[in-house]
Formats: sequence, structure tokens, C-alpha cells
Amino acid sequence: MSKSIAYRYTLQIADNSLILGHRLTELCGHCADTEIDLAISNIALDLLGQSRMLFQYAASLSGSTEDEIAMLRSEGEYVNCLLVEQQNEDFSQVIVRQYLFDTYYTLFLKALSQSSSSDELRAFANKTIKENAYHVRFSRAWLMRLGDGTQESHDKTQASLDFLKPYIQELFIPSQVDTAAIADGVGVDMSKYVDQFHTTLQADFAEATLSWEAPKYHVSGGKDGRHSEHMGFILSELQYMQRAYPNSEW
Amino acid sequence: MDEIRAIKKILATVLDPEVPVLSVVDLGIIHRIAPLGDSYEVDVMPTYSGCPALDEIELNIKSILEDNGYPFIKINRVIDPPWSSDLITEEGRLKLKKYGIAPPVGHSADKVALYGDQRIIPCPQCESTNTRLVSSFGSTACKALFQCQDCKEPFDYFKCH
Ligand SMILES: [Zn+2]
Repeated sequence: MSKSIAYRYTLQIADNSLILGHRLTELCGHCADTEIDLAISNIALDLLGQSRMLFQYAASLSGSTEDEIAMLRSEGEYVNCLLVEQQNEDFSQVIVRQYLFDTYYTLFLKALSQSSSSDELRAFANKTIKENAYHVRFSRAWLMRLGDGTQESHDKTQASLDFLKPYIQELFIPSQVDTAAIADGVGVDMSKYVDQFHTTLQADFAEATLSWEAPKYHVSGGKDGRHSEHMGFILSELQYMQRAYPNSEW
Repeated sequence: MDEIRAIKKILATVLDPEVPVLSVVDLGIIHRIAPLGDSYEVDVMPTYSGCPALDEIELNIKSILEDNGYPFIKINRVIDPPWSSDLITEEGRLKLKKYGIAPPVGHSADKVALYGDQRIIPCPQCESTNTRLVSSFGSTACKALFQCQDCKEPFDYFKCH
């Protein structure tokens, strides 16, 4: 196993959790009711905890510290997919973003736990699968309630799905780092799971009375460090403490 | 080996800050205690990845062992095997119930526990099985919120995980 490939591959996984976790923390105290607030905060905490485990592993591979890696990279050095940095436009967008990610993550964690050559990543996946199961249950249940709810909740959820669907493909298409990691054995080839993913989506969308047409275009680049305009705003808040008080620890 | 038993006895006094009736031994997060050079190492398993109590627990383990004559303990955080609620001891389950938290029902390998809400969770106050899930996410990562339909008492359920 090449250390530098494992390091860059681990960052892709960690950054997804970190940025999505951060997005969810923005909602803490702002949700429509207490139960949703608790759920979103708990999911955020799980994701941040997961990213931390991975940053610690990445730090052991690169000889730096978890705080440096998590908090002091520049925008172009973050390698999360674009889906997770999309805004909390309304509750439906939060739920659709979470549902798409959780559903992808279910397949990803299973593949990683079965076939990564890294003991640490396999152990990470085994640990995280159980937490992810709670997340899917939450986001899927809300997808149903919103999609098959009132006319207004349905229309908003449909609009969120239509807005977010160009970001799906990036989850599955290997980046340069993915390709190297797959060849190395540390990574898993998610392009094999596209059909399975869409089968799940179609069944769930049918139940949620949402319609699906394949997107006319796809957006990608996050895994190569090319981000949407939202990323700078996320980092300015995320990195504030570390930049204002250098060397503070997690 | 007597030393290891002694260390375990000391660890049985380190409480989980989020459920302050359970010790780290009751919770089943002490995976291993073993000699290391002139001292010992302790493997600790995190319950949930984001559990904010973990740093404090590790710190408490270190300081209580220091106070009891074990100054150079090394603490390792291990996630393989992952912690599961099956590791909570019988004594721990009784303590939870007495404290008003319903202990985990069933085994973590059971898919129903993870994916469905069909389990019957008896009320820790009145034993009624007429209870309902209020929220699958509770005050901490390890708990869900229930309410008893008979005595009307809301209660925490320590999730089967
Ligand atoms: Zn009762």
C-alpha cells in the first residue's frame, strides 16, 4: 500500500464527512422542531467524529497533525464532492442532499469494509456502517413525508431533487486519486455501483411520488479541489478558530 | 495478572460523564489491559464516532490510574472490533434501568434493531410495554427518546447499536 495514495484517498472520505457535518451544524437550533434539531445535530456529530477518525489516520500517514489537516488547508486542497457543500436552501434541500449522500455512503462503506487493503479504512467502515444506518433511516423517512406530503412540500422537494441531481455522478466517477487508489488496492471502484444506486433511488422516489429524469448535465471537480462558490464561505467559518488562535487543538 | 485485575477494579470507578451511573467497565468500552514495558496499556473503544465524552473519559482514566500508582499508562483508541451495545454488562443494564434509562433490547447483529422501530421497549419506571418512540435521536448519540403511554413518563432508551 502506497502511503501517499492512501493519504490522499483518506482525505476524500474525510472531507465529505467534515463539510457535510459542518453544513448540518449550521442548522443547530434553527430546525422546525426539537426532534429534527436533535436528529440533525446528532448526525452532524457523527459525521464530524467520523472525519476526525480519518484525519487522525491521515496524520499518521503524513506525519502532520489532525488539526493541521482538517483546519489549515487552502480551498483547492479540500477534496470533498460538490454535493456536500451545497447550501441549506430550505429543509427539503437539506433532506434530499442528506438522502443522496446517505444512500451513496451505504454502498461505499459496504464496499470499503469488504475490499480495501487498508486495515484502518476497513475498521473505519465497519464502525461507521451502523451510524450511517440511522442517518439513512432519518433522511429516507423525511424524503417520503415531504415528497408524499402537501402540494407545497412535494413541489419544494421535487425542485431540490432537480437542483441537486447534477451533483450525483461525481460520487461515482473515479477521480485521479480514486483511480490510483483502486489500482493500489486501498480504494474501491464505485462506478460498479451506479446501477444499484439508481435502483434504490427509483424505488424510493416512486414511494415519495417524486419524478426522476436523468440530468441534462453533470457537475464535478470537488474531488480534484475545484469547488463551488460556497466553499470559501464554509472554510472562513470552519477555519476561524484555528486561524485566530493558531495551534489550538480539537 | 493480579495487577491487571487491580487496574480493572480502579477503572470500574471511572464513570461515563453522559450516563453517570455507568462505569467504563459497565459500558464495555475497555477492550484490553496489558503490560507495556514497566507499565500498562489500556485499549478503549469509542461508542459512537462523534462521542464528545471520549476525550474526557480517556483523561479521567489516565488521571485516576495516576492517583492510584500507575503513572505511565498508555491509552489506545481502538475501533477494530467496533464497540456494540452487546458489550454492556448485566450489572450495567441493571444500573441503567434503575437510573431511568431503558437498557438496549436485543442484539446489535439483529437488523431490526438497526433499521426498524418495531422493538418493544419496556418503560423503566412502570414496566409497561405500551410505549412509543418520540425521536430516534436523543439527548446524546447513544440514546433515543420514548414515552410511556401508561404512566406518561418520557424516558431515554439506550439504543441497541
Ligand atoms: Zn411507564
